[in-house]
Amino acid sequence: MTDLTKLTAVEIATGIKSGDFSAVAVTKAHLDRISRIDSKINAFLHVDTEGALSQAKLVDEKRDAGKALGDLAGVPVAVKDIFTQKGVPTTAGSKILEGWIPPYDSTVVSRMKQADMVLLGKVNMDEFAMGSSTENSGYGPTRNPWDLDRIPGGSSGGSSAAVAGFMSSLAVGTDTGGSIRQPAAVTGTVGVKPTYGGVSRYGMIALASSLDQAGPFARTVLDAALLHKVMGGHDHHDSTSISAPVPPIVEAAKSLDLKGMKIGVVKELSGEGYQAGVLSLFQDSVAILKDLGAQIVEVSCPSFEYALAAYYLIQPSECSSNLARFDGMRYGMRVAEGNAGVEEVMSATRAAGFGAEVKRRIMIGTYALSSGYYDAYYGSAQKVRTLIAQDYAKAFQKADVLISPTSPVTAFKIGEKTNDPMAMYLNDICTIPVNLAGIGGMSLPIGLDPADSLPVGLQVMSPVMQDDRMYRVGGALEAALLNHWGAPLLDRAQQL
Amino acid sequence: MTNLSFDDALTRFEPTLGLEVHVELNTATKVFCACPTSFGSEPNTNVCPVCLGLPGSLPTLNEKAVESIIRIGLALNCQIAPWSRMARKNYFYPDMPKDFQISQYDEPICFDGYLDVLVPDQDGSTTVRIGIERVHLEEDTGKLTHAGGSTGRIHGADYSLVDYNRAGIPLVEIVTKVIDGTKHAAPLVAKAYVSALRDLVRNLGVSDVRMEEGSLRCDANLSLKPIGSETLGTRTETKNVNSLRSVERAVRSEMVRQAAVLDSGQKVRQETRHFQESDGSTSPGRSKEQAEEYRYFPEPDLLPIAPDAAWVAKLKSELPEAPAAKRERLQAAWGISDFEMISVINSGGIDLVEKTIAAGCDQAAARKWWMGELSRIANELDQELESLSISPKQVAEVESLIQSGTLNDKLARVVIAAVINGEGSPAEIVANQNLAVVSDDTALLAAIDVAITQSPDVVAKIKEGKLQAAGAVIGAVMKATKGQADAAKVRQLLFERLGVSE
Repeated sequence: MTDLTKLTAVEIATGIKSGDFSAVAVTKAHLDRISRIDSKINAFLHVDTEGALSQAKLVDEKRDAGKALGDLAGVPVAVKDIFTQKGVPTTAGSKILEGWIPPYDSTVVSRMKQADMVLLGKVNMDEFAMGSSTENSGYGPTRNPWDLDRIPGGSSGGSSAAVAGFMSSLAVGTDTGGSIRQPAAVTGTVGVKPTYGGVSRYGMIALASSLDQAGPFARTVLDAALLHKVMGGHDHHDSTSISAPVPPIVEAAKSLDLKGMKIGVVKELSGEGYQAGVLSLFQDSVAILKDLGAQIVEVSCPSFEYALAAYYLIQPSECSSNLARFDGMRYGMRVAEGNAGVEEVMSATRAAGFGAEVKRRIMIGTYALSSGYYDAYYGSAQKVRTLIAQDYAKAFQKADVLISPTSPVTAFKIGEKTNDPMAMYLNDICTIPVNLAGIGGMSLPIGLDPADSLPVGLQVMSPVMQDDRMYRVGGALEAALLNHWGAPLLDRAQQL
Repeated sequence: MTNLSFDDALTRFEPTLGLEVHVELNTATKVFCACPTSFGSEPNTNVCPVCLGLPGSLPTLNEKAVESIIRIGLALNCQIAPWSRMARKNYFYPDMPKDFQISQYDEPICFDGYLDVLVPDQDGSTTVRIGIERVHLEEDTGKLTHAGGSTGRIHGADYSLVDYNRAGIPLVEIVTKVIDGTKHAAPLVAKAYVSALRDLVRNLGVSDVRMEEGSLRCDANLSLKPIGSETLGTRTETKNVNSLRSVERAVRSEMVRQAAVLDSGQKVRQETRHFQESDGSTSPGRSKEQAEEYRYFPEPDLLPIAPDAAWVAKLKSELPEAPAAKRERLQAAWGISDFEMISVINSGGIDLVEKTIAAGCDQAAARKWWMGELSRIANELDQELESLSISPKQVAEVESLIQSGTLNDKLARVVIAAVINGEGSPAEIVANQNLAVVSDDTALLAAIDVAITQSPDVVAKIKEGKLQAAGAVIGAVMKATKGQADAAKVRQLLFERLGVSE
């Protein structure tokens, strides 16, 4: 019998439509696997067994009644716990929101429901999406299915682990500085950060409003495109949402044709600090792309040098303001002793409810926005942001897409970098410029580092609202690699 | 500390004013969400994830609010910024669901305008040009009610309740430039400005501008400096000044208070002060000596506001007649003096008078009722004229009842009081309460006969030709008929009865 958890989203949707198996059977297979292996991984914070099964039942009824089904009807998806879902606990990985049940659906959640997808539950993350390892979750770290002693990346580590561990066919994550692409890279999955404004942020708990973007996790580029299409498009609830339709990403993922395409290799995103295996696999992929008919050019983006510094001013600044509302007054945790006044309750609640990394960034952001420092910190960082966007604009004159490694290193050990915030921040060196410029970025697996047998990711970057370009490159490279490997990379992961 | 009188204070110091007025717009929905803005709903019923600041929610800007503020800016002769941004003002307070207020910082939508206001003086009036620094858009906060404590303030309260119905109502803040050189007229200038601004905003139809409901709120900044000094003194900001009369009183009492502080060699503390409606004084509030730290930064959840120049021009061309122009037009039409016009303007009843005249009333009578009896009642009830529950049409009706002889002046006042008391329309009240002037000669003659019998001495004097003595008898008849008789008619009948002629 087919193991339904091993199928791609396309195969699941096709099988349900043609009556090969039911949506309920697919959902049960995934729920079974979650209950069997997630105690080892800790990807799920909340499994919505009842909600998932009743949605699957509805899909089967719809199919039996001959009604039209969405492209991803009956396909299970894991939702990063940063998206509100009506009636389902939502914590953003923080103790301060423990027990909060949102009264409304985020746009991403409501669109997936409308598309007849089955929402399995909420998955783990670094607290309020601050981190690159999911170790900053208030609910314990998530483990990498490739090696349980290692991190699954972050902040969307629950999403990457759920997909890599075959507990869900698809997952949604959010990416503020690399939080989709880096977890995808270190778990051998595909992760996409769409153009800023391509997917609605309504109902997505904000870390840094001008950088946050929701996107898909999948085991294939085409699956990612299908989920991206469901999630994306204009939403009047989000002023920063782009009113143009989603670019033709599904067609692009299927195209497999790179002839005449100009691909730029970013000079600054390599060299010192990059693991040898990461660099050599990246060079192998460059060669494959060339073989596929693409023209490879080198581009230089000199301002990227300042990206990390600018990011760690803008992101904490916006975060310090966005996280102010968690004050114990209206929802979530409230620490109030005796006759405590309002300020004491707010302070005590925030002291008890937030973790160390969250407090660190709130303090940095509060400082950076203070009068007298604003121009030097926040103001300068915004200027760097403009310079980075200009670097990209110049580079995209020379190339249709840009490529780089996604992360300088493969999955590191749990606990290895928790006491060194700078080492942790450096994980996002390749991904952060994309967020600062608001362009699209994708990570797809390109092999296992021979030194540690762990997955390595390649990042494809495309200009604003030209997301189809990265899907075209991703789809073609994936097909070539699959042909070379003979089987999907994830088949080489340990059996759980 | 010495106490200086207002006039004494002005021999030594001159005041500098700055006024910040908040106007709640009357858009149907809130500024960043689709919740209704209706006043008086059950607490926390006009709310949604956005105005409650729930995690994940995002604001979207109400286009109507932008249109309204641009119209206010244009009416105040302001520049309209072709590109401006909303900003976050960060501070923790439980009436603010997000613990930041979406406001504007260094990029207001409207800036650099003016408003000419008429200020009364001995010679009639002077026009004073008040510079407008900026007009910006922001969201209102929720409303806190402090229970327990004696003062109704947060200090000493047992607990506090928050109503978020008001959170997210669009507010327009209008800030004046420094107002200098007003001297003794400062309190009147402040009042005249707020009054003129209220008329202007009401005239645009973008707000109810009801001070008693808080849809127009004024904070008055005031400092004193020694006469001739170039340097501004330390200012205080008096909050909660919620009627036109209070604006004048607050500025006056703060001038007297600061003068006494300075006169005794002390320093004025930079602080907010609360206006006390009961005695017109101000009491100290939060110190503002430390620079306020709001960590303003551009609101990343909203796009910049970039109104199309053609649209702004269209809004400008469609502005209604300005109150100043209207004043001139009405003053000419009514043919009254500057002084008389000022009293109409200051009463806040210019529209009421105009509407009463439009309903058929003579202009002098319309002014007389609104400036006289109705202003007296409004004062007594501590209400604005326009909130009295009598319409211009009803006032015109009362006046027409006088003209037709159904009512005299005294009865008319009774009818007006009854209308305000909700007892019905003027005609209904006259009919139901039998208030019409008694013109039935038989009834009057009977009352006159009684009065004649009761005052033989007076009657004798009248017969002797001392007609001025008739007052006592007429008074007795009026008393007997409960004021419903026409005094002139009584006099005529009495003399006929006694066979004397005037």
